[in-house]
Amino acid sequence: MWSRIISRLLTSLVVAWASVTATFLALHALPGRIQDILAGDVEYPGLREAIAAEWGLDQSLPMQYFEFLSRILRGDFGTSYVLRQPVIEVVGSQLLPTVELALTAGVLAIVIAGLIALLTAGRGRLSRELASFVELVFASTPVFWLGILLLMAFSFNLRWFPVSGAEGWSSLVLPAITLALPTAGLLTQVLREAMEKTLDQPFVTTVRSRGVGEFIIRWRHVLRHALLPAVTLGGWLIGGLLGGAVITEKVFGRPGLGTVTLGAVLTHDVPVVLTVVLLAAFIHVAASTVLDILYVLIDPRLRAQ
Amino acid sequence: MSSVWSQKDRVAPIVEVRGLSIGFAGANGGKPIVTDFDLTVSPGECVALVGESGSGKSITARSLLNLAGEGARTAAHPFEIMGRDARSFGEADWRKLRGTVTGLVMQDALVSLDPLRTIGQEVAEVISSHRILTDPGAIRDRTLETLGKVGIPNPADRALQYAHQLSGGLRQRALIASAIAADPDLIIADEPTTSLDVTVQAQVLQVLAERIREGAGLLLISHDLAVVAGIADRVIVMRNGRVVDSGPTRDVLTHPRHPYTRQLIAAVPSGQSRGSRLASARFEPGAVDTTALAIVREPLPQRQAAGAVVLEVEGIAKSFTAPKAVGRTKSVVLQDISFDVRAGEVVGIVGESGSGKSTCAKIVLGLLPPDEGEVRLLGEPWSSVAEAGRRRLRRKLQYIPQDALSSFDPRYRVKDIVAENLPGSGSRGARRERIVSLLDLVGLNADYLDRLPRSLSGGQRQRVSIARALAAEPSIIVCDEPVSALDICIQAQVLDLLAELQSRLGTALLFISHDLGVIEHLCDRVLVFQNGRIVEQGATEDVLGRPQHAYTKSLLASVPDIQRGLRADVAAA
Repeated sequence: MWSRIISRLLTSLVVAWASVTATFLALHALPGRIQDILAGDVEYPGLREAIAAEWGLDQSLPMQYFEFLSRILRGDFGTSYVLRQPVIEVVGSQLLPTVELALTAGVLAIVIAGLIALLTAGRGRLSRELASFVELVFASTPVFWLGILLLMAFSFNLRWFPVSGAEGWSSLVLPAITLALPTAGLLTQVLREAMEKTLDQPFVTTVRSRGVGEFIIRWRHVLRHALLPAVTLGGWLIGGLLGGAVITEKVFGRPGLGTVTLGAVLTHDVPVVLTVVLLAAFIHVAASTVLDILYVLIDPRLRAQ
Repeated sequence: MSSVWSQKDRVAPIVEVRGLSIGFAGANGGKPIVTDFDLTVSPGECVALVGESGSGKSITARSLLNLAGEGARTAAHPFEIMGRDARSFGEADWRKLRGTVTGLVMQDALVSLDPLRTIGQEVAEVISSHRILTDPGAIRDRTLETLGKVGIPNPADRALQYAHQLSGGLRQRALIASAIAADPDLIIADEPTTSLDVTVQAQVLQVLAERIREGAGLLLISHDLAVVAGIADRVIVMRNGRVVDSGPTRDVLTHPRHPYTRQLIAAVPSGQSRGSRLASARFEPGAVDTTALAIVREPLPQRQAAGAVVLEVEGIAKSFTAPKAVGRTKSVVLQDISFDVRAGEVVGIVGESGSGKSTCAKIVLGLLPPDEGEVRLLGEPWSSVAEAGRRRLRRKLQYIPQDALSSFDPRYRVKDIVAENLPGSGSRGARRERIVSLLDLVGLNADYLDRLPRSLSGGQRQRVSIARALAAEPSIIVCDEPVSALDICIQAQVLDLLAELQSRLGTALLFISHDLGVIEHLCDRVLVFQNGRIVEQGATEDVLGRPQHAYTKSLLASVPDIQRGLRADVAAA
């Protein structure tokens, strides 16, 4: 089992390296001079020369590539010439609020999906169809629309939660719900279908014949089987949460990566954009590695004997 | 067992049901699926429920746990479990009963135990969920004790393993352990040995018999009368949801009252049925012998004498290397296999699962290259040439699989399935005529031309698969367990069909089966496979009548047999 996990980790490193390489090649494939691209909308004397020196643009392409690789290994993502700050500081200071939001929303989505699936799978037709309808509505509602509706109801009318900002848990409630609901809608549908399939398996009859209660059967036996297809969805889920976070931050006026990214794109702040792209790639690689290991933990049949 | 049965009047029954009927809302036109079913099981007694698939025996047995299925409507008077009126039970009452009073053992532990949980967790569940024991150490002790009781060696190690890591026999014992961990009064075993090898089947039946001796009642559901003969005190024969015959095992099996029971007994293939039609069997009128049944069968057409050699297998060997993750172990699957098959001959291959029978079939069919040795078809090289070179001879070698349905393209109709194998072109009309005549040959007719395989019954599917094989006008047909998945009466019809066509057309058959009775009924010669080797071969009468090799002897001894089962019963009494 450990050899499997180690080989999976090595594969992830290769994928991470490939994404760095792709980013480098993309930058060089852009039309125009590299220093003009990296400078963005800013213009002052000596800037182009400074960029050329920092990125080693006078060297050969392979040398530039190795220089780029080693800088990223050292955690040096360059300088934002628009903000006149190292990129790592720009992104680093905004990472936490986004991770906070995405994680809260993710956990919330999983809890909602698990609970609804546990309660409705294989139960009466009415409750299932009602739940299924609500899930479909949420799964197909755009995040910004949902956010605006929640703001209208709970901030402007009821004044329960602040309209914007990122101070304290109360400012996290509405954004997290906004981000969680569409994800939960889809996740519930997948979970419930998998649970209903599992409920038809012969071993469920065996468990029933032991006198085990219906909720325990679902919680202890069926849910674990249903997690397998849900984990497959995990990669998509993380992508959705990150993408959704950008929009949600804008709607609720929260600081975070979304705001930074949007600003960077508008001001052609290419070093920041590059870093966000790389960060997204790394998060995806890390997430899919964790999910693959999760599979093996959930299903003993996948472990080598 | 019989001695306990004679005390029946003094012991309160575990279950007493009269006039049981089970129906499902909306299904079967609102009519009940099971009607007028009576059952009494007392401690230390085994009652067997026999019938073909769809006869309602599983639903009936599960209704004793109130697990007949969603929307099941059960009615009976009386319906008593441990002296309590089950008709007044609520869901909570039933739940308290399950596992403690009634334990359920189903078939195929691989899917009947939760594959994601260890054997130990599965066995412990019934103890902990009924709070029979609450201390984790005590639960563990009871779990290991139960695993030991069903004959699982090293229970402490096995408890940590998953179902897929155990052999078929150990797995099934673990399933039994999970059903009896809370010491239920009644064990309901639903086809507990189906799909197990005969030697493993004998061991599992032994475990169940031990439970009966310890005072548990057993309701054994089986389609196999021979299994039942050795263990049951009473037999109930079901058909279409009704009881057609019931009584003490000896009476039912030696004096079957209902024609269906007689048919069930007579349709079992064996050495005695050789050369005759199984499905034609009836009883000699007026026979009053109490130990042996006088069965009269119609003879099959005379077999053609064996002709030229069709298939030669010379010294083939095959081994597989396990993937790196498992540690690159090389497992030898076949070693030094040599035999030939002549025109008009039926050669049987018999052996337990894992003995290499199917690998041998794949090599003969040219689907797998042998590591060593050679296969020759009609005197020409076969295994040593590329597929392009084989194509010319392909139609001379045909195949009948166990699972006909999955061998059909689900979108093909019967006519397309058969037509695919017709040689030559010919006009549309001529081909259609040929397909209809092939369907006639296998006992179907032109009405089946446009049917989809899903809409056919198991027997009909196997008939189509025979017609498909015959369409190519083959010299030899490889049959891999072609009747294993069929009910006994359907099996008899398909075996009759195969035997009749074989003697009429003179096609050679290489017939693979784990069922010694089928082999004895049909084959001229037999090869006994064990661990990838032929341990014994020769004329069927010699090999199975006077076995020389210890393995053949143990195989024969493990085969349940109605007569022997009844004799053993006499001895026990």
